[in-house]
Amino acid sequence: MTTLQHKRDSPIAHLSADDIENLGIELDAIRQQVISSRGADDAAYIRKVIELQRKLELGSRGVLLFSLFPPAWLAGTVGLSISKIIENMEIGHNVMHGQWDWMRDPAIHSTTWEWDNASPSDMWKHSHNELHHTYTNVIGKDNDLGYGIMRVDEDQRWMPFYLAQPLWNLINACFFEYGIAAYDLEIGKYFQGRKDKDEFRRLGKKVLGKIRKQMTKDYVVHPLLSGPSALTTLTANMTANLVRNIWTHSVIMCGHFPEGVETFEKKSIEGETRGEWYLRQMLGSANIDGSPLMHFMTGNLSFQIEHHLFPDLPSNRYAEIAPQVRELFDRYDLTYTTGSLVRQVGSAWKKVFRLALPNDFLSKATSAVNPGTLIQLFGRGPADADSAAA
Amino acid sequence: MTTTLHRPSAAGALRDRVMRIAESITTPLVPADYFDIVNPLRSGAGLRGRIVAIHPETSDAATIVIKPGRGWRTHVPGQYIRLGVDVDGVRQWRAYSLTSTTGAADGHIAITVKAIPDGKVSNYLVRRATAGTIVQLDHAAGDFTLGAERPRKVLFLTAGSGITPVMGMLRNIGTQPMDVVLMHSAPTSSDVIFAVELRQLARQGRIRLVEKHTDADGMLNVTEIETLVDDVAERETWACGPAGMLDAIEQHWNDSGFADRLHTERFRPSVVTAGEGGTVTYAKSDTVLETEGSQTLLDAGEAAGVLMPSGCRMGICFGCVAPLREGAVRDLRNGEITTAAPGDGVLIQTCVSAAAGSCDIDL
Repeated sequence: MTTLQHKRDSPIAHLSADDIENLGIELDAIRQQVISSRGADDAAYIRKVIELQRKLELGSRGVLLFSLFPPAWLAGTVGLSISKIIENMEIGHNVMHGQWDWMRDPAIHSTTWEWDNASPSDMWKHSHNELHHTYTNVIGKDNDLGYGIMRVDEDQRWMPFYLAQPLWNLINACFFEYGIAAYDLEIGKYFQGRKDKDEFRRLGKKVLGKIRKQMTKDYVVHPLLSGPSALTTLTANMTANLVRNIWTHSVIMCGHFPEGVETFEKKSIEGETRGEWYLRQMLGSANIDGSPLMHFMTGNLSFQIEHHLFPDLPSNRYAEIAPQVRELFDRYDLTYTTGSLVRQVGSAWKKVFRLALPNDFLSKATSAVNPGTLIQLFGRGPADADSAAA
Repeated sequence: MTTTLHRPSAAGALRDRVMRIAESITTPLVPADYFDIVNPLRSGAGLRGRIVAIHPETSDAATIVIKPGRGWRTHVPGQYIRLGVDVDGVRQWRAYSLTSTTGAADGHIAITVKAIPDGKVSNYLVRRATAGTIVQLDHAAGDFTLGAERPRKVLFLTAGSGITPVMGMLRNIGTQPMDVVLMHSAPTSSDVIFAVELRQLARQGRIRLVEKHTDADGMLNVTEIETLVDDVAERETWACGPAGMLDAIEQHWNDSGFADRLHTERFRPSVVTAGEGGTVTYAKSDTVLETEGSQTLLDAGEAAGVLMPSGCRMGICFGCVAPLREGAVRDLRNGEITTAAPGDGVLIQTCVSAAAGSCDIDL
């Protein structure tokens, strides 16, 4: 993709300013419809999910006390992996978005929630809720576009470092929670000397403190509690964290990297109206098709478009408004980017490979082996006359 | 030789250690998050209770019997509790007088609630709540009580649900001899909360009951009190009812020169009327501003130099969330009004909220 502003055929050329504002009004109405009907059922839903996750975690960790027995290791690891995924996605990510703040329950609130992840919640809320969700897909403003270690858009400048980006992406997937923590710390910015040293040190301490607690729990305390099963519990916990990391990374890659997602120029958001902001969210996100169970396991981030339009609506309601949102896309002649998990993950990875090389590298390479252009470049001959005639 | 003057008790140190280990097992949560799944009323948990029964009193009032959690300390008759209930998924806090006897064998406590028109919580408790529901509690508070030295002669002046704290006292007087006159106003005879019990107390001669049914008899006139009760000046008086009635009583007692014998309890209905713009108090910053109805609390605060947390400035990131201590605000995106009374713990997004009347922000 190239930024929408650089495209020869802009996907929004057919929309007038009035169209875009009307689009905003229609989306506001969809939002209001959910807000007005939020109630006891929704509250019961999140409480049930939290209870289920905590019971699953307790049960899995209980089974892992006997992880020396392979069936116990397997069952416990599967349970703990699922529990960690639910905790991070359907619960943690969404609670920290303020999706449940309306319940006024201090125990389930964006200002008090802490999650089972290396990145402390307040740092995550800054880099994710504030930066990524406000500046979605704006090149130079939204660091989620490649997380600062990859090039995922033609309009991001190529550097030799990106040659190995498939490898960086794989490593990031395996250690995703630490990747997020480093990202929230803005380590890259620090090394470029663009971040205040004291501030960096203060935040660094905070991250290390959180990581120490997390690691002590998963890699010291629980293994020790397992007695003779210490070593196998350690491997079980490492596996669960790895599974959680790869799963969350894959789902999140599908949100903005697949083919069909648009990016935007920095100056294009100057003086952006609410309608224009909505439009950018619509074009800058991609969904994943699947079953209700799949949606649940992605924390409903499979409804990435709906989530980006309304980041503070309860996640259990995205499925219900998705058809209405999609109808808007059709009516305003916009592309609703969606596909199966396999297809979207594949599409995102393909882009990671493709953009590891400079933009015109492939076409140059192709043309380099074309005899016609070789002559054009290096010699004079009849080809010259041909092209002149054409 | 030196001796250690202060040493933490061995049990205390052990407890701290166990807690630290337990926390290292459950981080980033705390052990309580897991214990709460099993027993939300256990000792050490946040103070909660479970509704065990709901008894209708009149057509629009009911007594809610609650089994409080282990942390409950007893109350003094006449006091109220703040109760947090989830109505349509949203936690709402209200204060209600306790009407139960203290130290009941089953440990239960009770409040009596009258449904007021458009009252979110009162209507929920009277008409929709069910036994088994968990509610949030605060410890009992209030000084509308008989005091350590029981007076010999007492006058209670009540109207409507104002009878509730007085009932709390009457049920706890026990066998002590006390000369009690109760003047109670209600629209009709069938609107009298605790009618059966009060009339029985009167028949037994334990209280003198004067019922005033205002639909037929008209409102109680303060000067009437002295014609009905000849020794008002000698009686320690407790009054609880609507603001108009209390104002008149206070005025009269002041004029008569025995204001020091009068105790009043005002039920403040948390009805905040929303306006456009208003006076905003940023409590921690000691800043008071007049704001327009179209100006966000974030913009107004920042312009006046208040250190405001902020983020996206468009209502999506929740980086600007701050407690609304009291008052009303309007969500500029959809016009929705949010109100808060002290202690409600309502958090609002300052970047999309404007004052809708006077409000007090904890920043």
